[in-house]
Amino acid sequence: MKHVEEYRDRGIARRLIAQIHAASRKPVRLMEVCGTHTMSIFRSGLRALLPETITLVSGPGCPVCVTAQREIDQFVALARCEDVILATFGDLLRVPGSGSSLQQARAAGCDVRVVYSPLDALDLAVRNPAKKVVFLGVGFETTAPTVAAALLSARAREVSNFLVFAAHKRTPPAVAALMAAPDLRVDGFLLPGHVCLVAGTQAFQPLVDRHRIPCVVGGFEPLDLLRALAQLVAQIEAGEALLENAYERAVTAAGNPKAQAAMAEVFTDVDAEWRGLGVIPESGLKIAAAHRGLDAEACFDLAVPDVPEPRGCACGQVLKGLKLPTDCALYRKACTPLHPVGPCMVSSEGTCAAYYRYHRPEGA
Amino acid sequence: MKPDTILLDHGSGGRAAHRLTTDLLLPVFDNPMLSALNDGAVFHLPEGRLAFSTDTYVVDPPFFPGGCIGDLAVNGTVNDLAMCGAVPLFLSVGLILEEGLSMADLETIVAAMGRAAAAAGVQVVTGDTKVVPRGAADRIFINTSGVGAVPAGVTIDSSRARPGDRIILSGTIADHGITILTRREGLAFQAAVQSDTAPLNAMVAGMLAVETDLHVLRDPTRGGVGTALNEIAEKSGVGIRIHEDRIQVRSEVAGVCELLGFDPLYIANEGKLLAFVAPAKAEAVLAAVRRDPRGREARIIGEVTADHPGRVVLETRIGGSRIVGMLSGEQLPRIC
Repeated sequence: MKHVEEYRDRGIARRLIAQIHAASRKPVRLMEVCGTHTMSIFRSGLRALLPETITLVSGPGCPVCVTAQREIDQFVALARCEDVILATFGDLLRVPGSGSSLQQARAAGCDVRVVYSPLDALDLAVRNPAKKVVFLGVGFETTAPTVAAALLSARAREVSNFLVFAAHKRTPPAVAALMAAPDLRVDGFLLPGHVCLVAGTQAFQPLVDRHRIPCVVGGFEPLDLLRALAQLVAQIEAGEALLENAYERAVTAAGNPKAQAAMAEVFTDVDAEWRGLGVIPESGLKIAAAHRGLDAEACFDLAVPDVPEPRGCACGQVLKGLKLPTDCALYRKACTPLHPVGPCMVSSEGTCAAYYRYHRPEGA
Repeated sequence: MKPDTILLDHGSGGRAAHRLTTDLLLPVFDNPMLSALNDGAVFHLPEGRLAFSTDTYVVDPPFFPGGCIGDLAVNGTVNDLAMCGAVPLFLSVGLILEEGLSMADLETIVAAMGRAAAAAGVQVVTGDTKVVPRGAADRIFINTSGVGAVPAGVTIDSSRARPGDRIILSGTIADHGITILTRREGLAFQAAVQSDTAPLNAMVAGMLAVETDLHVLRDPTRGGVGTALNEIAEKSGVGIRIHEDRIQVRSEVAGVCELLGFDPLYIANEGKLLAFVAPAKAEAVLAAVRRDPRGREARIIGEVTADHPGRVVLETRIGGSRIVGMLSGEQLPRIC
């Protein structure tokens, strides 16, 4: 933990904040793409320390939040199948589908287990040979490699009752879609450090070259964030549009080749629906044909009816940075963490949930 | 021959139940009120007000580094009484056992209860044992209730925090919750952490000896320090400001929290207290807390403000500030 404390030093933070204040002239909207950034910004109380010229908006960087309602319905359908143990990360439990959440399915008798790693789900399969253990693969490039590794390990160990429902998503196509949107209101992107750790900055270079929007890759401690923001502001004020890496202690241009190889071996790129954003070309990862036997979608009939998303929910615009949670009519009224309407209120890294927890309402 | 597991017979009220009581429970909780084996205990009480509290323990797993469900159940009710400013006197113990529980485990748990009661200076004067069929409970659940005597002049209440009050925290946070989490089946990594379960009544007695007028005492168990402070801010109609750099989290505990995305402010403690004290008395009370072996790392972590009533604000390490809200939803079930 000593290593982490170093990145929370008050003296260095003050110097970086002063630097940002001195450099920032024009009003800018900066988007942090990653949900962990959103949380870290709130937890460190960083917003209040920035000049009024800087508005931070959150992007589509919480994997739970962008999981399509239809997929949640399929997860619930899967949980209801006989002899299935559904293994999932805890954040998915409370996400409302059109009818039920996984938590409600569990209360109704379905076997839904929370695990902290897909390898724990694989162990669960080994210990329960009479059951089919299905892991819900939800997440970006940060989680997809461990799911790929678990799946390859299941094959190597000949564990035949371990399956994966892959609902993974890739970050660069989503950022590309945001950059290309005609209603984009973002002057610079704080790019996700963890995604770049796996995918490398190379994954984002073509986007910056094409759309000419300033981008800086940032880490997650307060000093990492401040440094990345300082570089972003400096670029904007200088009229530049570069891809810079302010998280060099972890991120390289090439990323992690082993993780990339595991993903390439197991998954194939598909067009995917992002909740609130619609279908984004080649932004999803499904299990490749060679591993069909471990693909839950191929092994179960998971046809679910199409149900429109809840009315009035502004999650779509929140995920694009067009609206703040406080602009949504449901926020804090019909939609709270205990009774979420939209996905951004469910996950601890969802923008609305982060606002609910940390943002002081006007006048309070 | 003595069976090596709990059978339904042990809760039948018949011979097996009687033997469980006389062979296992009575020798551990040895006192005349209990060994009379009447339907209830009859005892004299000091003059004045009483505190009465109950809590039920379902912790999973029942054994964990730093303790087990037995000492947790005794310390928990002792601490609830102590947080009322009471001197804990008598406890009841209700055991709910799952058929098939190993006798050795039960003996270990009961022995831990005996040691915890002796350490806290309380007597277990009445009790009950039920056995339920396999699957109807998970190994062992324990209820403890207790009575204690509140000394004259002591009025501790969550509604008595006043602007200017200093907030004392008796040590590191999140040790218990993180210990339970890392011992849960299915969680592969295990860190060198242990539960802080401990009785706090001696610490409170030491505090009251230097200052009778403690405004608020709370042991931040489920929901952690964050939830306890929110409840106090709301009930007292005051604001609370705390400082991140004064709140201590053991390095290993902080590491687990970082990895799994938990905020230690919301993780349970079982041997720590928060005290709200008038500013003029704060240093003397802090010194009293530190004289107790379980309070050596105590610090003043913040103060009560007239600003932002009902809200808890944390000043972060980098000098920013953020709201510490109520926890929504269960972060971690069955921790106590």
